[in-house]
Amino acid sequence: MDLITLLQVLDSTVRLATPLLLACLAGLFSERAGIFDIGLEGKMLMAAFFSAAVAFVSGSVWLGLLAGIGSSLVLSLLHGVASITFRGNQLISGVAINFLAAGLTVLIAQSWFKEGGRTPSLIGAGRFNSLELPFAETLQGVPLLGPIYAELISGHTILVYLALLCVPASWWLLYRTRFGLRLRAVGENPAAVDAAGVSVIGLRFAAVAICGVLCGIAGAYLATALQAGFVKDMTAGRGFIALAALIFAKWRPWHALWATLLFGFLQAVALRYQSIELGQITIPVQLMDVLPYILTVIILAGFVGKAVPPKAGGEAYVKER
Amino acid sequence: MTDTPIPAIELRRVSKAFGSVKANKEISLKVQPGTIHGIIGENGAGKSTLMSILYGFYKADEGEIYIRGQRAKISDSQAAIAAGIGMVFQHFKLVEPFTVLENVILGAEDDSLLRPSLAKARKELSHLAAEYELYVDPDAAIADLGVGMQQRVEILKALYRRADILILDEPTGVLTPAEADQLFRILHRLRDEGKTIILITHKLREIMDITDTVSVMRQGEMTATVKTTETSPAHLAELMVGRKVLLRVEKAPAQPGDVVLEVKDLRVTDDQGVLRLKGIDLSVRAGEILGIAGVAGNGQSELLEVLGGMHPAQGQVRLNGQEIDLTGRFSDGQSRRKRGISHVPEDRQRAGLIMDFTAWENTIFGYHREGAGLFTDNRALQAEADAKMQRYDVRPPDATLAAKNFSGGNQQKIVLAREIERNPDLLLVGQPTRGVDIGAIEFIHQQIVALRDAGKAILLVSVELEEIVSLSDRIAVMFDGQIMGERVPTDTNETELGLLMAGVTEKVAAHG
Repeated sequence: MDLITLLQVLDSTVRLATPLLLACLAGLFSERAGIFDIGLEGKMLMAAFFSAAVAFVSGSVWLGLLAGIGSSLVLSLLHGVASITFRGNQLISGVAINFLAAGLTVLIAQSWFKEGGRTPSLIGAGRFNSLELPFAETLQGVPLLGPIYAELISGHTILVYLALLCVPASWWLLYRTRFGLRLRAVGENPAAVDAAGVSVIGLRFAAVAICGVLCGIAGAYLATALQAGFVKDMTAGRGFIALAALIFAKWRPWHALWATLLFGFLQAVALRYQSIELGQITIPVQLMDVLPYILTVIILAGFVGKAVPPKAGGEAYVKER
Repeated sequence: MTDTPIPAIELRRVSKAFGSVKANKEISLKVQPGTIHGIIGENGAGKSTLMSILYGFYKADEGEIYIRGQRAKISDSQAAIAAGIGMVFQHFKLVEPFTVLENVILGAEDDSLLRPSLAKARKELSHLAAEYELYVDPDAAIADLGVGMQQRVEILKALYRRADILILDEPTGVLTPAEADQLFRILHRLRDEGKTIILITHKLREIMDITDTVSVMRQGEMTATVKTTETSPAHLAELMVGRKVLLRVEKAPAQPGDVVLEVKDLRVTDDQGVLRLKGIDLSVRAGEILGIAGVAGNGQSELLEVLGGMHPAQGQVRLNGQEIDLTGRFSDGQSRRKRGISHVPEDRQRAGLIMDFTAWENTIFGYHREGAGLFTDNRALQAEADAKMQRYDVRPPDATLAAKNFSGGNQQKIVLAREIERNPDLLLVGQPTRGVDIGAIEFIHQQIVALRDAGKAILLVSVELEEIVSLSDRIAVMFDGQIMGERVPTDTNETELGLLMAGVTEKVAAHG
């Protein structure tokens, strides 16, 4: 494999890892606060549709992004009301959100655009375009570093850089601020937070809202940056892969980056090499396509060491002595 | 009390009801500043409810609270903290993966950034450590600290929040005698520095040892407030339960028969590969009670679980001379019961009962396969359960009620009824009176002694040293998965046992 091919694979790794990373960080905030969220998938899907729809109608991708975040936030709050306020089962609420999103997006898309449950293709300002970082062209000639800069680092949409920035930002928020301390505490022992006179419910809603915003960006990225428009079920299990990556990352921001890059890499390889010849044996494209999902199953089955989730995860807080 | 200072806390006719249950009935109480004030009462007497009202967890239905003479409205914990009240809960409110420092500042951070708060807390903790001899490593994770240290962190949390009224709810339940003594020294020190301390407990000895004043609660009412020097344990016990109770178990000398249980070189490795039992040797004869004393977590639980068939092990165990299977097909609880071993597990809610099932269903678990055929005769079983509950004085005597609706003591009586009525050769019993009120303790102790007098062997595990000493015919002390020594209760004292529990061997103890 030559350098350019390698860089191209890594380049698409970054692009494919971006929605996973955003969704993974979204799940991280929610689960660190003790709210399990298997509705990442549904929220991303909803955001993907609304961002594409609004971007198409208004012609502005930024309005699309806002609409995506808004729609994801609505689902987040639904999850919050069900599982925090009414102490419902968090898994069931998450499943409900996934079904709701899968059905509603196609239904509304068909009713608005009549194109078989998809939005029309986005063009021009309806899409996030790649940013050329300064000097990408001039540095192209520098051996090794030039192509790395031009191919790999430069030339992504702004959301990719935003997602990467979210990693240190999340780390800082969680480990260096009062809000982060309380948020982590509420996922481990809400009774301690309550006894300290801090609102458990307020903190958990804040976490769920952050989760909604990040899922919204992830969904908008899928429909307006990675692709040009919404198609049915376009999240394709990314919400669940993000959950697997979250466990793999043991609920830590920097590890989440590495874990999602790994998944992104597998997807990139599958995309690039439709079939791989290994001597006599040909590995079929289908096998390559399922690799990320196989890895997901392996991780979820706990083959990658012990991952201890936040202790109070999945349980509604009931005040007692 | 003529020239009384303004009370640190004054409650006037405070009432609180949960549904139809009146947890607190017109409670009035004055706590003088700079004193240690004990509140004693049976489980369910309303002590904890009262303190929760004071700490803003519950809102009183009626009544007024005055703090240092000022009418106070305590609507939540934040208001209580602001009023200078700190609470050390029975179950610590600590975040285990966090450091001591992080736990101390949680909820009391000065700033939206952590760094300055952490630095300030570090300085403050070293002051407090010097002032009250309360040293804890600020950077240790809570999960790595022992319970005694964790409790200190709770006290430090309150002091860091400038509490001058400190409420401690059953603080010694989890401590060794030595740790408890240390806690009492700290409390004395805090009092001498002018803090007001409220100590909630059901242990008479503690009340007598360290309080200045004591209030007794019974069935939601405050029955008396007296100076500790002017009362006696017997008098307080009478006030608590409204009748005289035996604090010492009355029992005839044991008449040991043949060896029933013989354990040789028993070893257990836990899931993490750590050796939890390091070669246990012991024997129990018919008609005697062997008590296992020790601080929780030194292998007693594992010993019970192995003998009860809940955990595999290496070594040799014989029951009436017959070897018992420790790893194979017959090493489960079912096989143990068939061999005549009954087991009252330490954690009755987790391993002894199914909380959502009815009392009568719970009285047959473990023995439910003994009937013939596929079906159970529910009516007969219910009648049988009714009779058992009558004999064991389970209240309310309703076998169709779910186990979770009984109080701790009555739940324990259901488990005991199930296990003792099977007439086992060997009864394994763990923490028989944990979370059980005094009236029921007495009854449970009597049942255990009666079984001994019927010629059965009993292995008793308890973290309550008093219980071990008063019930056992022989005492074996466990420390770090080993038996440190055996004593006869009439021939030892709490100091000696305490040293053994702390792992100090006989030789050192003899020299020291």
